[in-house]
Amino acid sequence: MASFLAWLSVLSPWLQIPLIIGVFAAAVGILLFFIEIAPRAGRVYTIIRLAACVLFPLGVMWALQSWWWAILAAGVLGLLFFWLDYRAKAGAGYLFQLVGFLAPALILLLVGLVFPVIQTVGQSMLNSSGTRFVGLDNFLWIFTRPQGIRTILNTIVWVLIAPVVSTVVGLVYAYFIDKSRGEKVYKILVFMPMAISFVGASIIWRFMYTARPAGAEQIGFVNQVIVWLGGSPVPFLQVEPWNTLFLIIVFVWIYTGFAMVVLSAAIKGVPTEQLEAAELDGANAYERFMNVVVPGIRPSIVVVLTTIAIASMKIFDIVRTMTAGANNTSVIANEMYQQFRSFEAGRSAAYAVILFVLVLPLVIYNARQIKAQREVR
Amino acid sequence: MKTAGRKRILLATSGLGVAGLALAGCTGGPGVSGGDGDGGGDGSTVVTVYGTIIDAEQELLEESWADWEEENGIDIQYEGSQEFETQIAVRAQGGNAPDLAIFPQPGLLADIASRGYLVPAPDGVASNVADYWSEDWAAYGTVDDTLYGAPLMASVKGWVWYSPAQFADNGWEIPTDWQGVLDLTQQIRDETGEPPWCVGFGSDAATGWPGTDWIEDLILRQSGTEVYDQWVANEVPFTDPQIASAFDEVGKVILDPDYVNAGFGDVGSIVSTPFGDVANAMASGDCALTHQASFLDGFLVEAGAEVGEDGDVWAFILPPYEASDATGSTVVGGGEIVGAFSDDDAVVQVQEYLSSPEWANSRVSLGGVISANSGLDPENAQSPILQSAIEILQDPDTTFRFDASDLMPSAVGAGTFFQGMRDWVNGASTEQVLDQIESGWPSE
Repeated sequence: MASFLAWLSVLSPWLQIPLIIGVFAAAVGILLFFIEIAPRAGRVYTIIRLAACVLFPLGVMWALQSWWWAILAAGVLGLLFFWLDYRAKAGAGYLFQLVGFLAPALILLLVGLVFPVIQTVGQSMLNSSGTRFVGLDNFLWIFTRPQGIRTILNTIVWVLIAPVVSTVVGLVYAYFIDKSRGEKVYKILVFMPMAISFVGASIIWRFMYTARPAGAEQIGFVNQVIVWLGGSPVPFLQVEPWNTLFLIIVFVWIYTGFAMVVLSAAIKGVPTEQLEAAELDGANAYERFMNVVVPGIRPSIVVVLTTIAIASMKIFDIVRTMTAGANNTSVIANEMYQQFRSFEAGRSAAYAVILFVLVLPLVIYNARQIKAQREVR
Repeated sequence: MKTAGRKRILLATSGLGVAGLALAGCTGGPGVSGGDGDGGGDGSTVVTVYGTIIDAEQELLEESWADWEEENGIDIQYEGSQEFETQIAVRAQGGNAPDLAIFPQPGLLADIASRGYLVPAPDGVASNVADYWSEDWAAYGTVDDTLYGAPLMASVKGWVWYSPAQFADNGWEIPTDWQGVLDLTQQIRDETGEPPWCVGFGSDAATGWPGTDWIEDLILRQSGTEVYDQWVANEVPFTDPQIASAFDEVGKVILDPDYVNAGFGDVGSIVSTPFGDVANAMASGDCALTHQASFLDGFLVEAGAEVGEDGDVWAFILPPYEASDATGSTVVGGGEIVGAFSDDDAVVQVQEYLSSPEWANSRVSLGGVISANSGLDPENAQSPILQSAIEILQDPDTTFRFDASDLMPSAVGAGTFFQGMRDWVNGASTEQVLDQIESGWPSE
C-alpha cells in the first residue's frame, strides 16, 4: 500500500486523479460483484469463489504488509468457501452463503473491534509509556482536573440537544416537503450538507460566526447581518455557555438532512386508510399528524434519534476545527486526541473508555430497536 | 425475467473486468522506492530531511544547500509538513523515519531520543557545536549527556514593537525596567485615551501560544534563570507563587481593559485575534505597542510598514525586571535542532554541513531567519531587526533561555499551557488556570 502510494506520488497530478478514481471504482466494483454472485450456485461461481480465496488474502497481505493477517484470511476464507460450496450444491444453503460472505467481516470485527476495546481498557490502567500498572489513577486524574467534569458535561449536553433538535426539525421538514410540489428539489437542498465533511462544514461556519470589533469591516456573515440590523457584533464562539449551542447548530444543520430522508421514507409507509379514517372522525391536520403519523413511524424516529445521539456523543471534528476546546467547549473526544498527541497513551485511553461506557447503552438500545422494527415489518 | 438475468450477467462480467483491471494495477508499480526527486545533485546518494518548514521558507531552505549538493553529489530531499510533531513519532515507530529531522522543540527531540530512535551526533557535528554555539544551545541538543544534534536556526522572542516617530513626537522614552513598561503604558493611555497594547493569541488549534511567551519573559526576568530552569523541569510547579506572580505582572498589562486591545476591541478579543493581525494594527498606527518575536518583521513588511530604527516600526527587547540587573540582555528564544536517524556517510556529511557557519551564512543571506551560530556574519542578515537579533545572540553577556513551552512535554507545552492562556484572558481566575495547566503534566 505504502509503496503504491509512493509510486503514485511521483506521477503528475493529471495521472493521479484518474488512477485514484479507477482504483476506487475497482474496489467498489469488486464489492458489488461479490454481492451480486454471493447467493448463486454453479461451477463458474465456485471457480470465482476459489479465485477470491486466493486473491483476497494476497490483497490483504499487500495492503497490510503482514503475513499473519494473510494466513488468517486465507485459512478462514478457504475453509468457509469449501464448506459453503459443498452445502450449497442444490442451490439452497442461502443462509450459509450469507454467513460465508459475512465471515471475514465478522472476524475482522472481532479482531479489529473487540480486541482493541479490551486493549484500550488495559491501557487506561497503565502509565503513559505503558510500563507500570497505575490502576484507576488516569480516571482520577480526569475527574479531578479543573475542567474534567465540564468536558464530560459538554458531551452530555451535545447528546441531549443535538439529536432531539435534528430529529424534530427533520420530521417537520419530511412531513411538509412530502406534501409540497418540487419535493425532490427541497429534499436535495436539505440533504446537501450531509455531503459536506464535518471539517469542511466547521470551517464554513467558523467563517459565518467570525466577529470583528464593532466599527471594523465584518467578515462573518452572521455578524454582518447583526450589524446591518443595528446590533453590535457577537463573538459567537466565545460566549459561554452559549458557544456550545452554536457548535451544535452546525451539527444539526448537517444531520437534519439525514433525519429527513429516513423519516420521509417512513411517512410514505403510513397507510392512507388510517389517515382518511382519522379525517372522517373529525381530526384536524395537527391531530392527524400527532396521533396517526407519529405513532406510525415511531420505530423509525427512535432509530434516527439513537443514531444521531451516537454520532453526537463521538463528536470531535466540529469542536476541534472551530474552537479546539477553547472557552469551555471541549468534549471527550477532543481531550482524548489532545492527550494522545502528547504521548499520554494512558490518559487518552481513559478518556476513550469513558466515551465507550457512555456510548454503549445507546448502541445496544439502537441495535435492539432496529431489530424490533424488522420484526414489526 | 430474462432481461434481468442478462443484466446480472452483464454486471458480473463488468465486475470481473473491473476486478481484473484493479489486480493488474496492483502489481506494485515501478519506482517503489519513491522514484527520483527533482533537482539537486546527481541523485547518486539521497538524504531525506523532514521538518516543519513549509511554503516559501521551504524554498529558501532548499536554495540554501543547492550549491553544496552540486559540489558533493548528495541529493537532499526535504519534506515539510505541518503535522511533523504528530508524524515524526509515528514514522520513527513505524520504521520509515527520515535520515534527518529538524525538531522545532528540544522537548520532542528528547522524547524521540530517549526512546532510542536517534543516532548520537557524529564527531564533526560535535566539534562544530563546541566551536560555534554557546553551552546553552549545546544543552538543547543534549539528552542524558549525549549530544544528538546541532541547532539550525534561531529566533529571538520578547521584542516590544513600537513606532519611533510616535515616541519622538510625544516625548515617550523607551523603558529600562518592567515598572517603566507599566508607567509608559499608563502614560500612553493618559495622553491618547486609547489602549496602547494590541495582543493576538489566535492560531487555530494552537491558540494561546503568544501568551506563553509573555509569561516566559516575565518569569525569566523576575525570578531569574534558576527558577526558569526548575520551572521547565516542573521542580517549580505552575502553582508556585513565583509563577503566579509572573502571571499577575503580565495581567497588569493584558488583562486591563484600559490597556488592550488596541484596534480590536476589549480583553475578550485577544483570543479571537489571529497573532499575525496585530501587524496590521501596528502598521496603521491604531496600536502603539505589541509584544512578539522577531518574525513579526515579515508580517509588518506585508502590512506595508517599514521596519527599522528610523522606519515606521521598530522594537526593543522587553527590559529587565529591575534596571540594576542590566548586565546584558536576557532573552527567550526558539530554534530548531537537527537530529539523525541514520549514520550513513552521506547523512553525516549533510548533518555536519548544516551545523557549519557556511550553511548558516548561506541561509541567513537569503533572508527572513537568523541563526545562533557564532560564525555567522551579522552583515548577511537582510533586515535591521534580524541584525539586531544576531547581535544579541552573539553577545557573550546575553543570557539566553529556550522557549519553555517548547522544552516542556507537549502535554503541557503545547496542551494545557496554551489552553490555560486562552482561559486566562477569557476571565478564568489565575489560581484555577495554574491548577489546570499543572494538571497536564505527565504522570512520569
